[in-house]
Amino acid sequence: MRWLLCLVTVFAVWMLLFWSVDPWVIGSGAFFSLIIGSLLGAVFPEEMQMFLNPRRWLFFALYLPYFFFYCLRANVDVMFRVIHPDVPIRPGIVKVRTTLTSSMGKTFLANSITLTPGTLTVDIHGQDLYIHWINIDTDDAQKRSAEICGRFEPLLKRIFE
Amino acid sequence: MLEQIAMWIMGVGLAFDLFGCIGLVRLPDVYNRAQAATKCVTLGTCMILLGVALRAFGAPDGAMAVKALLCAAFVLLTSPVAAHAVCRGAYLSGVKLWEGSVEDSFSERAEEIRQEQTTEGSVDREETETA
Repeated sequence: MRWLLCLVTVFAVWMLLFWSVDPWVIGSGAFFSLIIGSLLGAVFPEEMQMFLNPRRWLFFALYLPYFFFYCLRANVDVMFRVIHPDVPIRPGIVKVRTTLTSSMGKTFLANSITLTPGTLTVDIHGQDLYIHWINIDTDDAQKRSAEICGRFEPLLKRIFE
Repeated sequence: MLEQIAMWIMGVGLAFDLFGCIGLVRLPDVYNRAQAATKCVTLGTCMILLGVALRAFGAPDGAMAVKALLCAAFVLLTSPVAAHAVCRGAYLSGVKLWEGSVEDSFSERAEEIRQEQTTEGSVDREETETA
């Protein structure tokens, strides 16, 4: 099953890149996706099968604009800190806990955290995320988790779990 | 009209890229610099690619639009992973946080990782375990 999914994904990317229905393109695409699919099928994430469920696509479509909004805010935030004459930062590495359990979910959470205001994931260990935070504003562990993970967790849970 | 919107988006993207580069110079240590580099440069590059895609929609050959969007998706997926790898690698190889940093919760875990690496002798095993 996962081999087939890997093959289909590779073929889809190939077709999108060429954007033509020439028989040569389709033929060579099928050939190369067979090779790549058989080589890399073993490392293709098992959880991708969940994406056969259209409900997850819907939530993913909801997640994208939400994510872009925070991404934009992050950029304005960093921009402000960089051009400010005093460079107002209070950096440090904090540890927060996530409630997500699937590895795909955690991967997406870590990537989203990296691209949103002032935070960068340094490491994940089990349920613990080590986050480099550019401006630590609270000492309360609960508040930190809410501020860093809280805004993405509900949606990601629906997408990946 | 589409042309103007595309140009504006590219311009804003370029501005974000520029601020990312300024951040790279002005911020104090690896970790803060990685923050500026990933956030600003990712969004800046994505916006430039989005502008390219918008322009290409008007052109007779629509393939470029699809390619630009695909590239944006790949940049969006890979750049945080790269930043994560750089920071983790920097920390494990002993790069100190900036002296103005207020907290460091990673030191114990980093010590554990170093221990595991020396006892098991293989970096690869540790990598697959945390992944």
